[in-house]
Amino acid sequence: MNTTVQKKEARPTQNPAVPSDYVLPNVNIFETKDGYVLEAEMPGVSKDGLEITLEGNEIAIIGHRQTETVPGELLFRERHVADYRRVFELDPAIDTTKVSAKMDQGVLTLTLPKSERVKPRKIAVD
Amino acid sequence: MATWPGFGRLTDLRDEIDRLFESPLAELARTSQILSGWTPALDLYEDKENFVVKVELPGMKREDIEVSLHEGSLSLSGERKSEEKYADAEVYRTERFFGRFQRTVTLPTPVAAEKVKAAYKDGVLTITLPKTEEAKPKQIEVNVS
Repeated sequence: MNTTVQKKEARPTQNPAVPSDYVLPNVNIFETKDGYVLEAEMPGVSKDGLEITLEGNEIAIIGHRQTETVPGELLFRERHVADYRRVFELDPAIDTTKVSAKMDQGVLTLTLPKSERVKPRKIAVD
Repeated sequence: MATWPGFGRLTDLRDEIDRLFESPLAELARTSQILSGWTPALDLYEDKENFVVKVELPGMKREDIEVSLHEGSLSLSGERKSEEKYADAEVYRTERFFGRFQRTVTLPTPVAAEKVKAAYKDGVLTITLPKTEEAKPKQIEVNVS
């Protein structure tokens, strides 16, 4: 399969370093001829709260929320104020040295270019 | 490696089932969004001076967010436009919602409409609504003679 697939999350009991309470960010994943684009929604996370780690063929995106000063008493709650975390398995065609990230209004955009060797190219005939 | 067209979808389905057991509430919220449109999550706080509303609206433009107050009801609406630039790309996951949303919050006590402030940062909209003088809790001093 040549798609970026989501890796099954490790159980908190198996990995005590991972807090059990986190939110899975909603993502969009696109593939173009040059690579993949992954957009993840992490409202409440600034550029400084981002942690992206590449390990082997896995990429983990973690978003730490800024500690909010809670004004007074909570009357109504829908937001789940916890850190974000999601792990993806990468297509081997991705050049992991060229991955770039951008954060804008709570949306992380990861650009994952394919390595030059896998891109279709024309061969000039002499 | 060759891609068997049905395989991606099957994996997605399995993921979805896994997730359903992992966080039934989050999944329920997502399912209800599919049925009813985009309902951004909203919190309402109250202290002595203000009501504070926080809404998660990732990836919006400031000018696409509308905030209005009418007879003690706070209305929030807006539209997140889908991106044209990926129109030709192959799509693997689309969990983000694009389109219009509308939310209304009825405030328990009157607020000073002219002093309402809104700020949009890191994809979170924060609206501060100061209470009117009449609505603020007052301490009455009683002189005991």
